[in-house]
Amino acid sequence: MFIIELKDLFKSYGGIDALRGLNLQIPKGKLYGLLGPNGAGKSTTLRIICTLLEPDSGEVLVAGRNALLSPRMVRQQVGYVAQEVAIDKILTGKELLQLQGDLYHLKRSFKEQKISELVERLDMGDWIDRRCGSYSGGMKRRLDLATGLLHNPSLLILDEPTVGLDIESRSVIWGLLKELRNQGTSILLSSHYLEEVDALADEMAIIDCGRVIASGSPESLKKKLGGDRVVLRVREFSDDEESLLVRSILKNIEGVYEVVINKSQGFSLNLVVESEDVLPRLREHLNEENFEVFALSHSRPSLDDVYLQSTGKTLMDAELELAGKRDLKLEKKQSMR
Amino acid sequence: MISSNSSKENNHSTINSFQDLLLETNALTKRLFLQLMRRPSTLVAGILQPLIWLILFSALFSNAPVDFLPGGVSYGKFLGAGLIVFTAFSGALNAGLPVMFDREFGFLNRLLVAPLISRSSIIFSSVIYITSISLLQSFVIMAAAALLGYGWPGFAGLLLVFITLLVLVFAVTALSLGLAFLLPGHIELIAVIFIVNLPLLFASTALAPLSFMPMWLAWIASINPLTFAIEPIRSAYENSFDLNSVLIHAPYGELTGYTCLFTLLILTIGLFFLVRPLLNRKLT
Ligand SMILES: Nc1ncnc2c1ncn2[C@@H]1O[C@H](COP(=O)(O)OP(=O)(O)OP(=O)(O)O)[C@@H](O)[C@H]1O
Ligand SMILES: [Mg+2]
Repeated sequence: MFIIELKDLFKSYGGIDALRGLNLQIPKGKLYGLLGPNGAGKSTTLRIICTLLEPDSGEVLVAGRNALLSPRMVRQQVGYVAQEVAIDKILTGKELLQLQGDLYHLKRSFKEQKISELVERLDMGDWIDRRCGSYSGGMKRRLDLATGLLHNPSLLILDEPTVGLDIESRSVIWGLLKELRNQGTSILLSSHYLEEVDALADEMAIIDCGRVIASGSPESLKKKLGGDRVVLRVREFSDDEESLLVRSILKNIEGVYEVVINKSQGFSLNLVVESEDVLPRLREHLNEENFEVFALSHSRPSLDDVYLQSTGKTLMDAELELAGKRDLKLEKKQSMR
Repeated sequence: MISSNSSKENNHSTINSFQDLLLETNALTKRLFLQLMRRPSTLVAGILQPLIWLILFSALFSNAPVDFLPGGVSYGKFLGAGLIVFTAFSGALNAGLPVMFDREFGFLNRLLVAPLISRSSIIFSSVIYITSISLLQSFVIMAAAALLGYGWPGFAGLLLVFITLLVLVFAVTALSLGLAFLLPGHIELIAVIFIVNLPLLFASTALAPLSFMPMWLAWIASINPLTFAIEPIRSAYENSFDLNSVLIHAPYGELTGYTCLFTLLILTIGLFFLVRPLLNRKLT
């Protein structure tokens, strides 16, 4: 069973293509992560799912309903926590929650009980009767999360829920998300933090330039890449000539698949190897040729490697490249109703 | 720890959609009033401005000859009716501001992802809110005018004042809400409010009768909706008023009290139908 099915979504904002044929199937009851650099189309996808935005073309099924034809049904099922926190500074947290409860037509007794539950769970007791204008970023996020959960949605959608948060708020939110998932709520969150998706998500998709380029569980994606990662240096700062020489030595060792010279990291050598059994052999061969191993680190493939493999660039590079192109003020204007 | 009884029957408060509409409209209206109570400065300014005008302007003309105005009324009494209307008008002109801020700060998106029975509740709440505060402000000015000795209408007169103001406030609110969705931001909206406000006051019969004006201004004043509200209210302050009598001697003809009210009503309905498609488009 899928809680969300997206078929061939296209969306452009006045000439900028945000989604270009996005397909996604999200299983029920899972915590699903959407990973992608800035501008990949994560927010656009989430806004379409929660009926804030209509795609130019494509199909959107949420909890078995066509979101384009019966948006109200979908809204009842979905809790949405937006990327930019929109709270009313003049209201207290409690008043905002009560307003939210009324907008979802909750029974008064249910509403009050649920509010006090969430306030306690999110550890907001000291703040809930103060005006939202005085909240820290973390407290605002928690309140926003509480508003998204008030009506017991069967699907919770969070757009970069922990970006820029203090560690405590982050762990409170992570904890709650896991708990909700264990109780059967389907959760979809976007992030451009690899660790977040890696730590939380049961399944995930990587999106880039408005398309899904890989999907599966974080483990399976990493496994698919095969091989372990090794970063090796023969000196703190090597040079072109030396690194080329070392590379030719390493390439001939059995179990070494690939050797790349990373110029920006002081000519360190990045290797893909069969397993950690290869490590002693690397030392041996280098010592034979009179090279010392200055530093060596070994790791399993990470999601960043998955991203690198699928797009040919690291997430960081993609981020930097796209960040320069965006006009956030203009986007904010254009996303106004 | 988090109870997850997601059977909707248990959580849902009401049984029919009319009750749901009331619930959401009530909640949104309550929010606007909470904001007002915690930031009353616009309310107070909306009362102080016309109050200062009332005191200063009537003082300015207090030694004018007795028959200076047609019918020999005092300038203070004459001005009172104009400022009552002006107060309601400028109050209602602000109707779009909260909506504009909600658009800009993304709060509107919060309302739009909620399963509202009808998004009209967003509009209803604005109308209820702005109507109550505009009328409240106007009644404070009426009370002030009464204290200054410029009279108080009888029961029927009071009803006439109320109805006239209500129709005018609806028209202006519709206009302002339309602008709130049409204009790109609050700076532009405030600019429009600023530009519209005073000239409409000066080009009406609030401060001086038509007979004092050059022909071109008399023309403008007698198509200005404010005049259509001011004159019936001015007549409501007379002991026995008659809406069948001519209230405006416009350059293009004579207008009775009923004609004034009817024209205002048509204007309101017209604006409503003009603005509605815009709101529908922006809210779906
Ligand atoms: N309202 C808008 N008007 C114009 N362009 C937009 C608008 N919203 C998004 N875009 C563009 O669409 C593309 C996808 O944007 P989107 O916000 O969906 O990305 P994202 O993955 O959420 O990025 P981020 O990590 O920065 O939140 C980007 O190129 C962006 O510049
Ligand atoms: Mg985003």
